[in-house]
Amino acid sequence: MTQATVKIGKREITTDELFASGHRGCIGCGEMLAVRLTMKALGRDVVISNATGCIEIVSSPLPTTSWEVPWIHTLFENTAAVASGVESGLKVMMRKGRIPQKQIHSIAIAGDGATSDIGFQALSGALERGHDFVYICFDNEAYMNTGIQRSSSTPYGASTTTAPVGKKSIGQTTQKKNMPEIAVAHGIPYVATACASYPFDLMEKVKKAADVKGPAYVHVFSVCDTGWRIPTNQSVAVGRMAVQSGVFPLYEVENGKYKLNIDPTLKPVADYLKKQGRFRHLSDAEIQKIQERVTSEYAKLKEKVARSQAPSA
Amino acid sequence: MAKGKRVGMEGSIAIAEAVKLADTDVVAAYPITPQTHIVESLAEMVANGELDAEYIPVESEHSAMSACLGSSAVGARTFTATAGQGLELMHEALYIAASSRLPIVMAVANRALSAPLSVWGDHSDVMAVRETGWIQVFAENGQEAHDLTFWAFRVAEDPEVLFPVMVHVDGFNLSHVTEPLFLRDKADVDKFLPPNKYPTPLHPDKPVTMGAFGPPAIYTETKKAQDVAFMKSKKTILKGFKEFAKIFGPTYSPIETYQAEDADTLLITMGSLSETASVAIDTMRKAGKKVGQLKIRLWRPFPLDEFRKAVSNAKTLIVFDRALAFGGQVGPVCSEVKSALYGEANMPKVASFIGGLGGRDVTAKEFEYMITQGMKVAGKQTEYEMIGVRE
Ligand SMILES: Cc1ncc(C[n+]2csc(CCOP(=O)(O)OP(=O)(O)O)c2C)c(N)n1
Repeated sequence: MTQATVKIGKREITTDELFASGHRGCIGCGEMLAVRLTMKALGRDVVISNATGCIEIVSSPLPTTSWEVPWIHTLFENTAAVASGVESGLKVMMRKGRIPQKQIHSIAIAGDGATSDIGFQALSGALERGHDFVYICFDNEAYMNTGIQRSSSTPYGASTTTAPVGKKSIGQTTQKKNMPEIAVAHGIPYVATACASYPFDLMEKVKKAADVKGPAYVHVFSVCDTGWRIPTNQSVAVGRMAVQSGVFPLYEVENGKYKLNIDPTLKPVADYLKKQGRFRHLSDAEIQKIQERVTSEYAKLKEKVARSQAPSA
Repeated sequence: MAKGKRVGMEGSIAIAEAVKLADTDVVAAYPITPQTHIVESLAEMVANGELDAEYIPVESEHSAMSACLGSSAVGARTFTATAGQGLELMHEALYIAASSRLPIVMAVANRALSAPLSVWGDHSDVMAVRETGWIQVFAENGQEAHDLTFWAFRVAEDPEVLFPVMVHVDGFNLSHVTEPLFLRDKADVDKFLPPNKYPTPLHPDKPVTMGAFGPPAIYTETKKAQDVAFMKSKKTILKGFKEFAKIFGPTYSPIETYQAEDADTLLITMGSLSETASVAIDTMRKAGKKVGQLKIRLWRPFPLDEFRKAVSNAKTLIVFDRALAFGGQVGPVCSEVKSALYGEANMPKVASFIGGLGGRDVTAKEFEYMITQGMKVAGKQTEYEMIGVRE
């Protein structure tokens, strides 16, 4: 199929919209922007398995659909397993000549809750089994679809409805689970982080993930203006600040080798936190604590990058 | 006129052989006693190249059923097997298979539920999933386990049906018993079972959205439509039995009776203990008692018409259950029987017995006791009687 493209700088990108407008996402939703870019990168030859959550709910109220590609939703916690079945089913039917040979990517998409909590086991199982599929986590740092409850991907100090700020609580008291690292620990060929505020980086990584043979995992930072209590025109800016402050570094891990895609002089984390209502209550001391953690985590990441570049003995 | 190769074979292996004969595309597997021999045997077939299938050794039963959802949705012929706790862990996904109209076939080696942990057989797991929208049949012996497994694909995949099917085999009593049976010929199975042609598979050449969410304005209609279609599947189920008889010989039916024509009293059973119960019927017949037996093969959709017809001349029904319904008055099959009879003219009297829990043996003598005792208490009984329990 010939596709119309537009030139943006040196890059050409498709004008095809496989995630059609008319969905019911919140105004300014960073996740929907990320999904739309993801679909541009993936193209039509995919089967999407989608977890329960914001993306599914805003895109598929019967009798409408936002999906221009084959798409299935079954449950909250089984997305990676469904995608395993899709991949296996297509593979065997092509092998047996039941359907024509063609490269069709099995893609799982899910929120951070579906990924780091309830669907964690299914994801780990699918990565371990080595299915040729891509798992994309759209991380808005809470259970947003059910109304901003904490997940294990909610960062320290954020106020949510199940980890609220109160006289005796600063909100979330645990540290954000490091899903990309957990994916790396499975020894899969490709892991990447991305954010819609860096659209080309995101699209290139998604494309790469699809082209990789074997499991690939992409963790997409998805700003949620509703849950993070920010103005609806700030999603892109806040995503950018997360990257610029080192809160959410953009990197990829190819066959165990780390590469930082953007390595800015880090801006103060306070600037990022102060933009958001969910961190409004934090004292300077708490902010300082968060800053220290971000600095040390970033340093650890840079060490891994450096080690990956060092010539092997 | 039975057709096939006469062999001595364990029930579980007979099921695996049927899955192979069906040229199944995808097998999702997670071990649990007493089902394990089925998926182990399939693993060997795939490893030896006897069966060209994708074998997905998932990390849990929840994922087993979920992988089945995915592979079935792309149009692949899909099988899995489970039991007891595994079936419970699948519970949520079972509804999805049925309401998404995905023709998955699953063997369930019926097993008791924890606690206390028991790997042995009863029908607790079945009863916990009876309203999930799966077509459910009970095999009585190894031959039926074999036959009903490839029959299940034919029914499930029929465009008039498109519902998943569970083939229930009693844990150990059937799954682990080696018996003589006819292994069907591939050529006959091919005649009986056409290739799977799922009408709306997930494929980029013709994209579909599957599993969209149903707002209140739509949900009710989708559920009504599902139930209407489910009830209609009975037509195809019967057609499947008929075609089966033409090609292979044996005539299966939703309800089977034994010595029932002139019987005043009918013992109602389901599953492999039906054979033991038949021995009791024989003994009592010899003693001149007008007793007979009714076996339920098709459990869902419940064959109401056939059932009512089969009991129309009986005065007393004695229902044997292998599961409890906590807080209810009688066993789950007995509840079903009572609700099927309510308001019927000449309603027979009913007695409820529960036994064989967690693998406890039920002897022919005990079935005789149930019949004799049941004739006395039917209609007067206020709750079930437990068989073989040490008080
Ligand atoms: C088994 C189960 N438990 C709970 C829910 C309710 N539920 C639906 S979506 C959701 C949260 C989704 O959060 P996340 O995965 O982070 O995605 P988001 O909506 O934030 O994008 C929850 C708790 C469910 N559908 N199924």
